[in-house]
Amino acid sequence: MPVLELNNINKSFGSLIANKDITLSLEKGEVLALLGENGAGKTTLMNILFGHYRADAGEIKVNGKKLVPGSTENAIDAGIGMVHQHFTLADNMSVLDNIMLGTESLLAFRTNKAKAKEKIHKLSQQFGLAVNPDTYVADISVGERQRVEILKVLYRNAKILVLDEPTAVLTPQEVDQLFKTLNLMLAQGLSIIFISHKLHEILQISHRVVILRRGKMAGEVATKNADRDMLAQMMVGREIERPKVDHLTPGKIVIELKDLSAGGHKQQTPELKQIRLQVHEHEIVGVAGVSGNGQSLLADVLSGVQASSSGNLYFMGENISKKSPRELVSMGIGRIPEDRHQDGVIGDMALWENFIIEDLRKLPFWTFGWLLNEKACRNYSDTLIKTHDVRCNNMDIQANLLSGGNMQKLILARALSHNPKFILANQPVRGLDEGAIAAVHEKLFEAKRKGAGILLISEDLDEIFSLSDRITVMYHGMLSKPVDIDKASIKDIGVMMAGDLALAKTIQEDSHAA
Amino acid sequence: MQLELREKTSLGLAVTAPIAAVVAALIFSSVLIMWTGESVFHGYAMLVKGAFGSVFAITETLTKATPLILTGLAAAVAFKAKFWNIGGEGQLYCGALAATWVGTGMVSLPMVLMIPLLLIVGALAGGLALIIPVFLKTRLNVDEVVTTLLLNFIILLFVSFLLEGPLKDPMSLGWPQAAPIIDTGVLPVIVAKSRLHTGFIIAVIAAISIWALMRFSVWGFELRAVGQNQNAARFAGISINMTVLRVALISGGLAGLAGITEVAGTKGYLTLDISTGFGYTGIAVAMLANLNPVGVIFSAVFLASIYVGADSMSRAIEIPNYIADVIVAASVLSVLISLMLVKYKIRWR
Repeated sequence: MPVLELNNINKSFGSLIANKDITLSLEKGEVLALLGENGAGKTTLMNILFGHYRADAGEIKVNGKKLVPGSTENAIDAGIGMVHQHFTLADNMSVLDNIMLGTESLLAFRTNKAKAKEKIHKLSQQFGLAVNPDTYVADISVGERQRVEILKVLYRNAKILVLDEPTAVLTPQEVDQLFKTLNLMLAQGLSIIFISHKLHEILQISHRVVILRRGKMAGEVATKNADRDMLAQMMVGREIERPKVDHLTPGKIVIELKDLSAGGHKQQTPELKQIRLQVHEHEIVGVAGVSGNGQSLLADVLSGVQASSSGNLYFMGENISKKSPRELVSMGIGRIPEDRHQDGVIGDMALWENFIIEDLRKLPFWTFGWLLNEKACRNYSDTLIKTHDVRCNNMDIQANLLSGGNMQKLILARALSHNPKFILANQPVRGLDEGAIAAVHEKLFEAKRKGAGILLISEDLDEIFSLSDRITVMYHGMLSKPVDIDKASIKDIGVMMAGDLALAKTIQEDSHAA
Repeated sequence: MQLELREKTSLGLAVTAPIAAVVAALIFSSVLIMWTGESVFHGYAMLVKGAFGSVFAITETLTKATPLILTGLAAAVAFKAKFWNIGGEGQLYCGALAATWVGTGMVSLPMVLMIPLLLIVGALAGGLALIIPVFLKTRLNVDEVVTTLLLNFIILLFVSFLLEGPLKDPMSLGWPQAAPIIDTGVLPVIVAKSRLHTGFIIAVIAAISIWALMRFSVWGFELRAVGQNQNAARFAGISINMTVLRVALISGGLAGLAGITEVAGTKGYLTLDISTGFGYTGIAVAMLANLNPVGVIFSAVFLASIYVGADSMSRAIEIPNYIADVIVAASVLSVLISLMLVKYKIRWR
């Protein structure tokens, strides 16, 4: 008998069908991979399983017993544990307190910490999850936080673990470690649902794969009968043509960072520490790194929204350290922000208004520099919508009604329409489906052929390796010496990402010597 | 229960929802009228008659609406940029004070110059009253709700001090009031034998100008962008601090104008009761109009009619005029709920 059964789960949000007739089962000691693009309905399905959402129709059975829908308590009691993609830990509490949180009776006079510690100790021994229960969560690394999340679930005696994109924040080496832990769990009779869109990981760890596409089941295969191309095809539903990399001869330096430092406030750790980097014409430089190592701060400085504290930033030989975002755009710097919704568009404004938002006070959009020339704005938007294939009913709809891919096309169109000499692309394809990813990458290659220098910041090593001419690694606010793509290996970059401090330091000294 | 964003809002719904909301508020308030033992229909009939039943009633309603349009605009502009100016009352008195300072004999000009001078001085004074809150907000991240609200009391006490001392009119027989505005500075009456003055026209022009500013100017664009998504606005190169400063000056200026229309129009001289909380009621006006500058004209007239009508009703029959406050509060609440329902739909699960 399967430990978990989901039967004909249906869920829709308004006109969006998130899950349609999803049926799947999980056997004891098995890893079931749930594969699908962003928006395929994986997370919704697991939120229904865990009682965050209530399905419109369908039922869930654990060990043959029906689960009460919409009750998280019931799901936990039945032995289901969820490790969320975005961690749910309190930074200002210790590891121990985080794990115990919610497990103690409200009426209990005192908590039995010694007993809890002992149980945590046993669990971490059993599954190879090293943590120190007394440190504060704020002080531990991302990999450790994930271990705490897993321990939290195990502490509640979960027998069925749901891991939502668990590798997204890990270095390749940390992923190996996680997989070891998962195998130990299977050996102890636990069952795992592993959600991912990374094919090689699924092939490595799972026994069976269920593929979701646009809310529906697109197939189910035993992993031993599957290969990469087949899974990719099933996930996307069509052939995807990947744009090809041209290696061009780099031209002049377009942007140069000279001992650039920034940040250092409490919210902005880590600070940028004397960064040196050059990006040339016809070149894409990839910045790899585990998220939260200062990439956002670097992007903010290059976008003009954060001032540097020391050092200089040159664009085409001119010092631009003190320039405002508007000046940077006029000089020929195109910027693609990390968070489309937060920084890229104004969701409540119309598409055409979002197209011209970087061109305020400029002709032909603003007569005399202040009076709106709506016709010019609309013509311009119309051209960009057509040339960049932004799919929308009309340009008067609010920007937040666009899909992620189309929103990104809008941002790209806006940035590229000025023919920038330097483009900062911060996580340009995060959360997009394969078709949109190919479109965005093609646009970046096109800009590179036209002579732009591009700095690509990404947490996805595959993306870094398939786009970059040179790769540099960011760790604790430091940047390594760039490596040519033909000399770089995933393994070396992974070691650098893990940030062996001594290693990172020598790299940094190297780059200063260079 | 869940709320879901509507993809499209039909025009019918957008128009009927606020009207239905006001009707709902009137039905709610009728429970209180019944409590007094009076007939609900008679009560509301008296209210409508008191607000619109004669030329005099209409002029009274529009006179009352004049400062409400201006303070409503002040709130609407500021809230659109998510600058929470609660200090309309204080800014109104700053405008009134400036008009008194300049308009009671300090300068004497012909009317075509004197009235514009008073308007400019009053608007400037109202705008400048927000300089300190803006500075505290943009430099030190101090919440403007607190600073603008508390500044109201400081300004009111300061005006009270001036009226008891330096500005006290020696001819006032001991009342705490300032000298009257000189004749060329008084806003001319529109309808003979009524109190309705040109301030109403000034307020309507202000509303249309603000609408045009928001719709067609780069300032309006920046203001909306900052209000809707400050991060994206900053990323796109809009100066947040500059926009906030500009919004504050416009908002304070409009509230200051309301002080002028009262001192130079309705009353003729400064007292401590030229405003019956117009600065605060302006917030309700703006909310009721969904922050639309032209809508502010209508919501101000509506609220003014409730207040004027309720006063008249309470004189005619045994219903206290406090019912006006209940109707206004219930209207604002129900309109806010209706606006939410226009934007979202409810899903029961």
